[in-house]
Amino acid sequence: MSASQVAIVGAAETTELGVIPDMSQLQLHADAALNALADAGLGPRDIDGVATAGESPTTIAHYLGITPQWVDGTAVGGCSFMLHVRHAAAAIATGQCQTVLITHGESGRSGVGRGGGRRMDAESLQGQFESPYGVMGPPTLFTLPVLRYMKRYGLTHEQLAMVAVVQRQWAALNPRASHREPISVENVLASRMIAYPFHLLECCLVTDGGGALILTSAARARDFPRPPVYVLGAGESVETPLVSQMEDLTSSRAFRIAGVRAMQEAGISHADVDHLMIYDAFAHLPIYGLEDLGFCRPGEAGAFITQGHTAPGGRLPLNTNGGGLSYMHSGMYGMYALQESVRQLRGTASAQVPDAQISLCLGVGGMFGASGCVVLGREPKRS
Amino acid sequence: MAHERPLPKPTPETRHFWEGTRLNELRLQRCDGCAHVYFPPRPFCPQCASQAVTIFAASGRAILDSYVISHRPHPAFKPPYAIALVRLEEGPRMMTNVVGCEQTPEALVLDMPLEVTFEVQSDDITLPLFRPAGNRS
Repeated sequence: MSASQVAIVGAAETTELGVIPDMSQLQLHADAALNALADAGLGPRDIDGVATAGESPTTIAHYLGITPQWVDGTAVGGCSFMLHVRHAAAAIATGQCQTVLITHGESGRSGVGRGGGRRMDAESLQGQFESPYGVMGPPTLFTLPVLRYMKRYGLTHEQLAMVAVVQRQWAALNPRASHREPISVENVLASRMIAYPFHLLECCLVTDGGGALILTSAARARDFPRPPVYVLGAGESVETPLVSQMEDLTSSRAFRIAGVRAMQEAGISHADVDHLMIYDAFAHLPIYGLEDLGFCRPGEAGAFITQGHTAPGGRLPLNTNGGGLSYMHSGMYGMYALQESVRQLRGTASAQVPDAQISLCLGVGGMFGASGCVVLGREPKRS
Repeated sequence: MAHERPLPKPTPETRHFWEGTRLNELRLQRCDGCAHVYFPPRPFCPQCASQAVTIFAASGRAILDSYVISHRPHPAFKPPYAIALVRLEEGPRMMTNVVGCEQTPEALVLDMPLEVTFEVQSDDITLPLFRPAGNRS
């Protein structure tokens, strides 16, 4: 059965984003879930499917008073929510459940109720073959492949910095963005070095927040208060828990597989995409994403971005909320990318792309470890 | 160092690797069936699933494939220091540190030849690090 029979009928973020010291991580899930339920005009008893990452679906269902008959706890990092959308669409299309709630909440900044440490177990593959060499979280891991990319394709430091500059241009249009003041390439390159070649402004924010989505069948979707956003296609894959073991340091296998599958399922070509979200934990991710999705040829995305094609007014609006670099990044950013795709297709985005009909949303999990891709549309898929 | 690095805890499947480094040997595995050489260790070939695999000592020669220079505080390292990916002569890539060399973009040039060197961390664990080839210190 085709995933085109499913639509997003509820979507919301937490009421606040950024620094939320008065809410635990669990309550951030709930705050977003309650907002999404209100957005859809539903209550917890209307939900019969729950998917989440970062917390157990058991915890989320119980906390919200939901009695599910379908659950998905797929947790492959920040793109988990793209996979939840895909799995939920399949479950609804095959009658396993009717109405699915997907939640995210993360006290990434304040660390309230975040649970135990995230140190890698010394027996894990990461603990044995990466942790001994001085890695300190994503800024020293996700960034590792980039010097190889720069050497192979001639990407310059200025082009990498330009990714952050352009996303700040989008963030300037978004009142909810964490950082809105304009920045220049010079500002980026003068910001504190975090892990050469990455400066502070080329690394994502660390904030608190959450988001939630509600999906149901397209047949029911028109009865909801908001215009439905249809799931036209989706794809997913995983590659490796170890960034050192990527097949190719200049391309993500999981991006390629998830992207191709999502576009094939949606029956769309690149020219059909009006709006694009690419999970930007660090400045190189939009570059890898544009190429692995096939919007640019290998090695050309840096110039593409520098030429302004993804900026406000450009022909391929990308990361229009300001992205993980300027909007917000709680740790698992994928939910916020999906929220922006939904807003664009509802016509309610702060930096609205005129007449956006199709939005493609690409997520990453781990350090190029996993990917989920979702194609959303304002109209259902024509079969 | 005031604090030691986070040290690996070998599992049954990786013990030969860590026994090897203690003997100053960088051990890889080669599939008897398809000749694929792979890392990290496991008792079967990730290319063809054959369980007939042979452990062997690698040459220790590698090239610098990519790296970052971390400026983040770390209990066991004094920033800035490089975290490196090296491509072994036999094919696999591994994470390591490059020692015996300035931790600067000027000194760390991609594709520069490296060779393994072994650094004792504890009675049980010796880490494979790499240094510029021919630069014996």
